[in-house]
Amino acid sequence: MSRARLILGVFLLFLLVLSLAVEGVLATTFAYYYDVLITIGINVILAVSLNLVNGYTGQFSLGHAGFMAVGAYAAASWSNHLDPVVAGVLGGMGNPAATNVCLVVSMLVGGLLAALAGLLVGIPSLRLRGDYLAIVTLGFGEIIRTAILNTDFLGAARGLSVRGNYTNLFWTYGLAGICVYTVLSLVNSTYGRGFLTVRDDEVAAEAMGINTTRYKVAAFVIAAFFAGIAGALYAHFKAFITPEGFNFFRSVDVVVMVILGGMGSTLGVILAAALLTILPEILRALAHTSFMPPAFQGLLENRLIAYSLLLIVLMLTRPEGLFGDPSAVRRRFIRTRPK
Amino acid sequence: MRKFLSTAGHGAAAVDFGALVLAAVYYFFGAPAGAQIKIGEVNPLSGAIGQYGTTCHRGIALAVEDANAQGGVLGQRIDLITEDNQSQPGQAATIARKFVTQDKVLAIVGDLTSSATLEAAPIAQAAGVPLVTPTATNPKVTQVGDFIFRICFIDEFQGKVMARFAAEQLKLTKAAVLTDVKQDYSVGLSRFFADAFSRAGGTVMKTQSYSSGDTDFRAQLTALRAARPEAVFLPGYYPEVGVILRQARQLGLSVPFLGCEGWDSPTLLQVAGKAADGCYFSNHFSADDPAPAVAQFVAHYRRKYGDRPDTFAALWYDAAALLLDAIKRAGKPEPLAVRDALAQTRDYPGATGTITINAQRNASKPAVILKIQDGHFIYFQKVTPDSP
Repeated sequence: MSRARLILGVFLLFLLVLSLAVEGVLATTFAYYYDVLITIGINVILAVSLNLVNGYTGQFSLGHAGFMAVGAYAAASWSNHLDPVVAGVLGGMGNPAATNVCLVVSMLVGGLLAALAGLLVGIPSLRLRGDYLAIVTLGFGEIIRTAILNTDFLGAARGLSVRGNYTNLFWTYGLAGICVYTVLSLVNSTYGRGFLTVRDDEVAAEAMGINTTRYKVAAFVIAAFFAGIAGALYAHFKAFITPEGFNFFRSVDVVVMVILGGMGSTLGVILAAALLTILPEILRALAHTSFMPPAFQGLLENRLIAYSLLLIVLMLTRPEGLFGDPSAVRRRFIRTRPK
Repeated sequence: MRKFLSTAGHGAAAVDFGALVLAAVYYFFGAPAGAQIKIGEVNPLSGAIGQYGTTCHRGIALAVEDANAQGGVLGQRIDLITEDNQSQPGQAATIARKFVTQDKVLAIVGDLTSSATLEAAPIAQAAGVPLVTPTATNPKVTQVGDFIFRICFIDEFQGKVMARFAAEQLKLTKAAVLTDVKQDYSVGLSRFFADAFSRAGGTVMKTQSYSSGDTDFRAQLTALRAARPEAVFLPGYYPEVGVILRQARQLGLSVPFLGCEGWDSPTLLQVAGKAADGCYFSNHFSADDPAPAVAQFVAHYRRKYGDRPDTFAALWYDAAALLLDAIKRAGKPEPLAVRDALAQTRDYPGATGTITINAQRNASKPAVILKIQDGHFIYFQKVTPDSP
């Protein structure tokens, strides 16, 4: 590990520990900023993990919200039923140690169940390519949502109230860090080069003896695991979940973050996740400023239009995303004439 | 072209950045002057149920405008801060946090749906900010805590009203139920209807379900027809209800359908046409109600928007007007005093009936039953809370 990276790592760790100290003040006095910060963290986990599938491995998954739902509902039901047991061992529900243990345990439950779901969907469907895979994953996401909608145990359409308000900055950003580290180390390892070969040329990869299906399933399961964790964090943050929160559009949100950030660029995807979470909030604030010219204000009141416009402009000017590799996009979408 | 686009991109980026800086400046320095009472409104103005949200906003805006035209409340102007939750789960919580920590509102009105309200309510409760929901019917909402109030009746009451109406007024003994499983409120109503109907001596012959967004209901309707009910209880929203009624008549299922406030839309009449004749539904409000408070509200709304108000507009108008009345009664714009005043509301004459807030912070108020005849909703009768 180089010196610069070591310093960066120590600095990030310091920030994480610092977050424990300011947690209380942030969560009460600055609850709105705190909400936005946590949402950014959750979106970073979602986008970075999806980037492993959509960006690095070159598959097109549209079912990320489905895995998030599995994680959220698994963690919520686990907490609702078994937290008193877990906390009982650690000195009661109010105890901070017990809260943190409960969160970690339920995150693990959520993540592992989502990973299992990823495996079950991945094995049969990842023999497909391109659009076909997109349709299968989309279908899966909808199946999960509809299944929850018809399961009374999970609250069905009424939604599910979640015990506790466990999610904090430390675990959200800690997990985001672990997610980023895992994805980066994977794709930069000897084993992980396999993901990139699957993306760049599946036939050639297969000819070189790479088991492409296995790589695809691996990427899928890891992504699903982190999506499940993000779901658990979400459930314990909002304290109330409904199946509608994990519909197709939620999946599309994450895909947009990946594409905007630049497929296969972790830094870009992190920035895009942050940008796309903050942008609607900034537009919200701007819509209420009184010194704006009326015409401009009219546009901002329809902040969704302004938001979409920004996306269009960004995609027109930088089709490869904020930090994507321009050559990769050109290879795929723009056929260059051989010289 | 590419060069132009890239320049445009930089231009857009510069504008963006400028906007960002402006927003930051506004946030830190731009505190508006003058004595004002801030009320937060959280409402789905866009997205899947944006149409409902927009009508609701008209109602609340009218109430606030009225109050300001009369010189405000306690001599202070009412500043209504409206936030759109985009019909997106998760947003209501963010907005509630913004209201209590950024805008520092005195009270919150909202949300439209129970699930969004259940996100916002714990935050308002923890911050000690009163929240009045005009339309969230899930019983759990007001159980969140003593700062959470509701001014509409809950599903249990409405289910009971329709069951009693079917058993006593229409003298029916055999009913069937068709539930929208995607809507928590439909599931709840079906359960309460079935309970009350069997207690009143009737039998629910058959239960079938569908999901909002479906367009073909022939399978369910055929199954219901086979059970030979005397009426079908259909607690759904109008887009599906209109189609269901048409398809039922095509299949020869000619018994009356009984519904709930989700039926209240002219669209239902357009879609169902003659198929809706002879059906009944319960509602919070009827624009044809002869009560003076209703007539006054309807005329006022028509002057402002040139349109007949629907249930949602009336409920949101009432929520805001009742809240402002409570602030006046509290005598000072402080959350605790306002909460106590809200809890002490007795016989408030609203557009949606006389409202009394009970010990569970729910509204105890009458329901109206409407009949559909010759393509019109006709005010049929009023059912007070004590009678069923």
